[in-house]
Amino acid sequence: MTEREKILARVRQALKTPAPLPGSHGKIHLPAAEQVRTSTAKQWLPFVGESFDERLALFAKNAAELKADFQLFNSADEMRAALTRLSETEKWQRVAGHSGGLTDAICATLGLPLLRTDRPYDVNDLESCDVGISECDALIAQTSSVLVTNRSAGGRALSVLPPHHVVLARREQLIADLPSAFELLKQKYAANYPSMISFITGPSRTGDIERILVLGAHGPKKLTILCF
Amino acid sequence: MTVTLFIPCFIDALFPRAGISMVQILERLGHRVVVPEAITCCGQPPFNSGYWDEARAVAAKVLPQLANADAIVIGSGSCGAMLKVFYPQLFEKTPQAGLAKQISERTWEFSDFLVNKLGVTDLGANFPHKVTFHDGCHGLRELNLKKQPRALLANVKGLQLVEMSEAETCCGFGGTFSAKFPMISTAMGDVKCASATETSAEYIVSNDSSCLMHLQGLLSRQGNPLKTIHLAEVLNQK
Amino acid sequence: MTFVSQFLKQARVMTSDLRHRRIIRTALGNYEIVRDKRKAAFQNWQSARQLAAETKWEAVNHLDQYLEELVAKLEARGTKVHWASNSAQAREIILQIVTEKKARSVIKSKTMTSEEIHLNDALEHAGLNVVESDLGEFIVQLRHETPYHIVFPSMHLTRDEISELFQRELGSAATNDPEELTMIARDALRKKYITADIGITGANFAIAETGMISITENEGNARLTAALPKTVISLLGIEKILPKLDDLALFLPMLATMGAGQALTAYNTMYGGPRQPGETDGPEEWHVVLLDNHRTELLADAEQRDALQCIRCGACLNVCPIFRNVGGHAYGTTYSGPIGSVITPHLRGLHDWKHLSNASSLCGACTETCPVKIDLHHHLLQNRRNAAQEKPSASEQTTYKLFAFAANRPKLWNFGRKVARLFQPLQKPVKGTALDPAKAWTQTRDLPPLAKESFKDWWKKRK
Ligand code: SF4
Repeated sequence: MTEREKILARVRQALKTPAPLPGSHGKIHLPAAEQVRTSTAKQWLPFVGESFDERLALFAKNAAELKADFQLFNSADEMRAALTRLSETEKWQRVAGHSGGLTDAICATLGLPLLRTDRPYDVNDLESCDVGISECDALIAQTSSVLVTNRSAGGRALSVLPPHHVVLARREQLIADLPSAFELLKQKYAANYPSMISFITGPSRTGDIERILVLGAHGPKKLTILCF
Repeated sequence: MTVTLFIPCFIDALFPRAGISMVQILERLGHRVVVPEAITCCGQPPFNSGYWDEARAVAAKVLPQLANADAIVIGSGSCGAMLKVFYPQLFEKTPQAGLAKQISERTWEFSDFLVNKLGVTDLGANFPHKVTFHDGCHGLRELNLKKQPRALLANVKGLQLVEMSEAETCCGFGGTFSAKFPMISTAMGDVKCASATETSAEYIVSNDSSCLMHLQGLLSRQGNPLKTIHLAEVLNQK
Repeated sequence: MTFVSQFLKQARVMTSDLRHRRIIRTALGNYEIVRDKRKAAFQNWQSARQLAAETKWEAVNHLDQYLEELVAKLEARGTKVHWASNSAQAREIILQIVTEKKARSVIKSKTMTSEEIHLNDALEHAGLNVVESDLGEFIVQLRHETPYHIVFPSMHLTRDEISELFQRELGSAATNDPEELTMIARDALRKKYITADIGITGANFAIAETGMISITENEGNARLTAALPKTVISLLGIEKILPKLDDLALFLPMLATMGAGQALTAYNTMYGGPRQPGETDGPEEWHVVLLDNHRTELLADAEQRDALQCIRCGACLNVCPIFRNVGGHAYGTTYSGPIGSVITPHLRGLHDWKHLSNASSLCGACTETCPVKIDLHHHLLQNRRNAAQEKPSASEQTTYKLFAFAANRPKLWNFGRKVARLFQPLQKPVKGTALDPAKAWTQTRDLPPLAKESFKDWWKKRK
């Protein structure tokens, strides 16, 4: 017998005795109903507002609390200009990014050497970049999260190795809550999921020293979300 | 109504005034009080130590004493939980299972009985002191007692209730735990006493004498003038 | 020294360490404020808890099916899955991978399961350089300590202590600014991610439906650990299962809320395989090690099976008055606090670890807070019962037999009470000393006097 078979056999043997029902604290021993789950998460999770504008406002409010920099623009041009300004004030020398509908045109205008991480690349090069610029799959109002995958956002490392992560997004990418995010993932990828899906919620942080918040523990110290 | 009063062992031996107050309050409300004198203890000490056979031996003598009672009232969240929550478990799959369940259903902690069974919150008491309330864990988490004692205290004339920040934190008594792990028990009690002292109350009130015994023990030893008193005694002050 | 005497000794030391107690109280006081704020943001927290309990119940009570589904999905995307019945096997599996890869250095992201199997010792013994990348874990590793808390590994240390540690071990400049200290660690670890041959991670959840491992973190160290080394190994207990991918919509915010008082932690990442065709980074090889290590024994105990629903959020530790006063290290276990006291007897033997179940006032704060509604404090009671049944202590059993004997004879009981009252004054001169039979009580507390007239005396007289 392989270890796999042994473990599964022990599991099956153990499960022959039924357990008390969930949350009953040992009081209810009825045979398990077909469906023990009696509700869905959406109705219990934090409220996100009804209208698009409310959700946009919620996203902005959460982002501020998380110390993420969220900026909203009226056009792609405005967004491009803002990125150029950011590049100048932060004195970026090297930029990393990936090819995409938003990134291509915008990164080109920066006039800086661009490391593409959606092609084979050297991780040392990425480490020396000042910023990683990526697109995303969605912005989530409920938690002010940026949903990325390694397919949509230039691989696994782009959004986490450089000290600054800039996300370029469109307004219509804003979705309400976490259940909608998983719905979207399913719609988009169910046939073949990317090997990495990540919910990025604010810049990297730690509280491991006296529970005092410090940004930029290992991942980016700054998270900028530009959206038009 | 005939009320069967269950007198826990430590109320009997150490804090009789709590029991006497309950009798007087219930009688004033027009009820007949009976006390099964053959009951000594609910069996909690061996039960909580894991010696369920020995606990069952004690509890088995309790059951027939309460078999015919319509309402069983206990002035302790801890012993109340023993009868209400743990007797059915203790007697599970024994011939007394049915009786244990019946008794469980008829058992009330004192403040719960007043507020939710009798619908009384004003006992016309007068206790012109600043107090803080300690929620005994068994009462709070096994029996859901939180609002009941406060509803009663709210109607005591002259009484000012100041909640302490650690009201729901365990006082550290825990039955035999207090003797098996005295250092932890004491540290926990210190946290509680400090929180109660912060309120500058004169009394810690609780519906559990066992917690109060522990807290009073610490306070007296440390020369802290803060006093402890059972809820029933407060409600019985004129 | 036995485990129990070690615990008693530690408990004695820690409870009298007022400085330590203050540090923990302050840290957890802040935690409570943010946690409550996050809980309040839920439309209905109690219903969310119920759903979480139901979901994990479903997973644990159909564990065989979900494990098979998980493994089939993982393997379909090129992940190598290994099964380990115990810690020795798990270590062996990992050592073999490491040897095969001729690896010299390992970067780890936080995993309590690797603490459980003492993986670092084994790797170091085999000559590997092992670095913990989570800041708290990095700190305790430098101190050659085990994590103090399953979520906050270094919460027992002050910034000054960490500063001294960094100066001594890393030769860094003196500073006690948390930000500067964090940057020292960041710089120290940066190159390690890039040069490490192997990355080792844990898992918070394993999604059966899609064959994914979900990792919750704040620092980005797990993201880097799973992105840069050529080979990544994820070690997890078989109970980490969630049935569906979208179950995470509930579990990610719940874990963040209870774990650290956050709406969501900074990174919540699902990994579905090694680098896939067309992807440009990520490990070439991904190994998943599924660990039993007595979990199936706990599973067989239907009464306590819900303990396998634990998502290791640490919330029960944070509210536990025992934990708060003795601290995490006193337990001497991988998992401390209420959940540790419940499961350690199952994982490491009831007889050696039953004292942790006794070291509780059964206050139930843990059960009240647990997001997956594990009946924690009642399980402590059940462990006591099981221990007494399996191997009763002769003295305790005799005491309770005598107790029951007396309790069932009201006259004798009453007589005893009266005798005790007569003797009580004699106790005064020896109060709290070795001669005092009630020493355990009276060293720190006064005993109330036995009443002159007991309630029953009064009652009889009145009748
Ligand atoms: S037992 Fe519950 S509260 Fe404790 S760590 Fe596990 S999930 Fe969290």
